[in-house]
Amino acid sequence: MSSSNPDSELLLETEDLVKTFGPLRAVNGLNLQVGEGEMVGLVGPDGAGKTTTMRLLCGALTLTSGKIRVAGYDIPRHVEQARENIGYLAQRFSLYGDLSVSENLDFFGEVFGVSPEERKVRSQELLAFAGLEKFASRRARALSGGMQKKLGLATALVHRPKVMLLDEPTGGVDPVARQEFWHLLVGLLRGGSAVLVSTPYMDEAMRFNRVVFMNKGRALIQGAPRQLIQRLQGRILELAAEPQIAARRLAESDPDVEDVHAFGDRLHLRVRENTAIASRLPGMLAASGIRLFHLRPVEPTLEDVFIQLLESDTNGS
Amino acid sequence: MEADSSTIISTRDLTKRFGDFTAVDGVTFEVQRGEVVGYLGPNGSGKTTTIRMLCGLLRPTSGSAQVVGLDIAKHADQIKGQIGYMSQKFALYDDLTVRENLEFYAGVYDVQESQIKSRLDEIYHLAGLEERINARTVTLSGGWRQRLALGCALVHHPPLLFLDEPTSGVDPVARREFWDLIYQLADTGTTVFVTTHYMDEAEHCGRVGFMLDGQLLAFDTPHDLKKHHLKGAAWTLGLDPLLEGVEILSKTPGIVQARLNGDQAQAIIVPGEWTPETLASMLTSRGLSVGEIKTVEPTLEDVFTLLAHG
Repeated sequence: MSSSNPDSELLLETEDLVKTFGPLRAVNGLNLQVGEGEMVGLVGPDGAGKTTTMRLLCGALTLTSGKIRVAGYDIPRHVEQARENIGYLAQRFSLYGDLSVSENLDFFGEVFGVSPEERKVRSQELLAFAGLEKFASRRARALSGGMQKKLGLATALVHRPKVMLLDEPTGGVDPVARQEFWHLLVGLLRGGSAVLVSTPYMDEAMRFNRVVFMNKGRALIQGAPRQLIQRLQGRILELAAEPQIAARRLAESDPDVEDVHAFGDRLHLRVRENTAIASRLPGMLAASGIRLFHLRPVEPTLEDVFIQLLESDTNGS
Repeated sequence: MEADSSTIISTRDLTKRFGDFTAVDGVTFEVQRGEVVGYLGPNGSGKTTTIRMLCGLLRPTSGSAQVVGLDIAKHADQIKGQIGYMSQKFALYDDLTVRENLEFYAGVYDVQESQIKSRLDEIYHLAGLEERINARTVTLSGGWRQRLALGCALVHHPPLLFLDEPTSGVDPVARREFWDLIYQLADTGTTVFVTTHYMDEAEHCGRVGFMLDGQLLAFDTPHDLKKHHLKGAAWTLGLDPLLEGVEILSKTPGIVQARLNGDQAQAIIVPGEWTPETLASMLTSRGLSVGEIKTVEPTLEDVFTLLAHG
């Protein structure tokens, strides 16, 4: 994606947002900003506070302290006006399985107070947008998982919201359907929406304008994906060797190796900065009778960054 | 045909119809003991229905299958006791503790009373649940629930394990750890049959099956799937705007297919049709700004994209 426009209007803003449930600080001082035409990704481990954040932003949960402003309206003070501007797709959203695709769109239009004439027009637009025209009369329960997600997105758009909150919209969806869903999201951005989206897929997160890594209710770091993976440049080595298990044990025993994981028939090692391991390891492998095919640096991925950030956050606190 | 004792799953023209809808359409394959098999396909292609038949939960409409040496049509009840099955929506009892859930499943699977304690200890250790034995299930995060569900599926020490999208909805760290666990199981001889939408996970499998519209289109090692199906080299291209770039590449002669890969385009190029220079200049002439073009190793996502588009 091209970089976001710094002069764009801020449509979503939080300041020191906190939400506690008893002793648990589910969201713990979060500062977020999403501008017009910008797609920001919320990623983090289970329990990091991503879903709670989404629920706070759409006014489904009441904040404990801090500030939320959506499309210029404060939540909770002007939650009604704010909601008119929000499209929220929950992780487990409900469609009416017995209703057809177009009946679902009509129903959600009515819920959001869209007039009957406008609903007709809007339904047609959204069917076209989501590529569901052919399935307009099919019952929602007979749609594939990917198509249900598209319909879910369409129902969240009936009232033309400026701000989209999408909680793992592509979870459990196959790779081709995920690519199709992405086309829909980019279409939203062209319309000037601000989109906050959480995802477990790190390859998807590479396409966000900005990624916010959350852990324990806080933003650990945020930035453009390319900028984030720079943090680990040169520190991910790919090792192909046989037998792999022995190579893994040997690599894990080296103090400069921070993490090892299998990647198909190769191993990916995360190593310390400025280590000489690349010159040391081949000899170590040979001495143990392990056959080395190659050892070379590879480009880090956001998944590598994710794992490294989590480890340092856990060890450091 | 006499099934070899090293064969743990063997299907022949396995078919399941629901009314006039054919969910699984003449599927034939074999799995050997100790294999880790990935089973891929778009949503609704028949993966779960296949697994449910192999587990003895659904009767096939026609065709046959032997699982752990038993005929699925005749011995469905016996099969259930010899396989582990972790379904997409696995049932854990939220009000019970980790131990109580495992004990419950040990009862369901008729694990001998005298063996329950030692088996549970093995599972705590394997799944890393030692420190959560007395935690109520409702308090566990997604990753821990998934480990517990796996533990429940393993409580009766089955030689064959079916996992239906086990890592859906868990974070990347939990996903890696879960696959380390699958490897440990495979190292001790357990056969694993797993569906996933994560193509990086499929790369971990010894062999991979690919279903589309109820049919098994391919079943091979990741290496041979790429070799036989991808007629060209994989290139990544930095393009802006990206989606338009992918669309243009998809319609360009000499390019098998193009898709998104992270923040880049990934295309399969027919040998000899393009050089990075000629392709860059074509794309530039179409108004795109072109960054780096690199040859990369193709992935199973390339194969998936190709097969899914028929």
